[in-house]
Amino acid sequence: MATCRSRGVERGGAPHVLAVDDSSVDRAVISGILRSSQFRVTAVDSGKRALELLGSEPNVSMIITDYWMPEMTGYELLKKVKESSRLKEIPVVIMSSENVSTRINRCLEEGAEDFLLKPVQPSDVSRLCSRVLR
Amino acid sequence: MAAAALTSQLNALVNNMFAMGLLDDQFQQLQMLQDSTAPDFVSEVVTLFCDDGERIICELSRQLEKPNVDFDRVDSYVHQLKGSSASVGAQKVKNTCIQFREFCQQRSRDGCLKTLDLVRTEFYDLRNKFQAMLQLEQQIQACYPKH
Repeated sequence: MATCRSRGVERGGAPHVLAVDDSSVDRAVISGILRSSQFRVTAVDSGKRALELLGSEPNVSMIITDYWMPEMTGYELLKKVKESSRLKEIPVVIMSSENVSTRINRCLEEGAEDFLLKPVQPSDVSRLCSRVLR
Repeated sequence: MAAAALTSQLNALVNNMFAMGLLDDQFQQLQMLQDSTAPDFVSEVVTLFCDDGERIICELSRQLEKPNVDFDRVDSYVHQLKGSSASVGAQKVKNTCIQFREFCQQRSRDGCLKTLDLVRTEFYDLRNKFQAMLQLEQQIQACYPKH
């Protein structure tokens, strides 16, 4: 895990977080929160685009994804990341506006680092920052 | 008008939006994220919300005009509007979206149409106030010379 926690942090640079959300408003809000916590952020609108980016960008410290997206859900993206020998060490955090325990448990069992209820608060990100990327 | 008078007008407008229940604490969280590194953060998010909300409301009207309403599809659009409303702190619109989703689950076209009218009124009321807010912010910025 030590490797995973330092993953994506360039020497003297900010950790790089990939934010995935099909809602433009939510993408802007989560990007703003992450930037205010000194992360470098790339935001994309689908799981497909996230996988494309992960294919070309080796320095991603964490993925934070919405659960409910068309075509590929956050859960499906999580599964693809955890099935990949190259990507599986990247912590994946799932966000959802609905507090559905079966959904939360399913994601955590699949290896999600955390499950955040939307709207995500700066305090949620601070907590993640100290736990996932320390 | 002097910057101080415009600022006081802006504060009164935003306070009134809170007092009327149009906004909740989430909007304050957005305001706190605006700083010198992200000076236009609130206006960017609010503009995205206004554009997105208008698109969703048009789509909802279209969906509910169809002879066979696909309530799951309608529900998915309302879910989107509820999510973006929650993210900007648009409390009233968000709460009406919660009622709207109940009518989707009941497969009630009449309920959905009535709630669409309500959400449309609330959304455009909020949008007008947001536009007035952004205009005042621009006027305030124009009072200060750029370095």
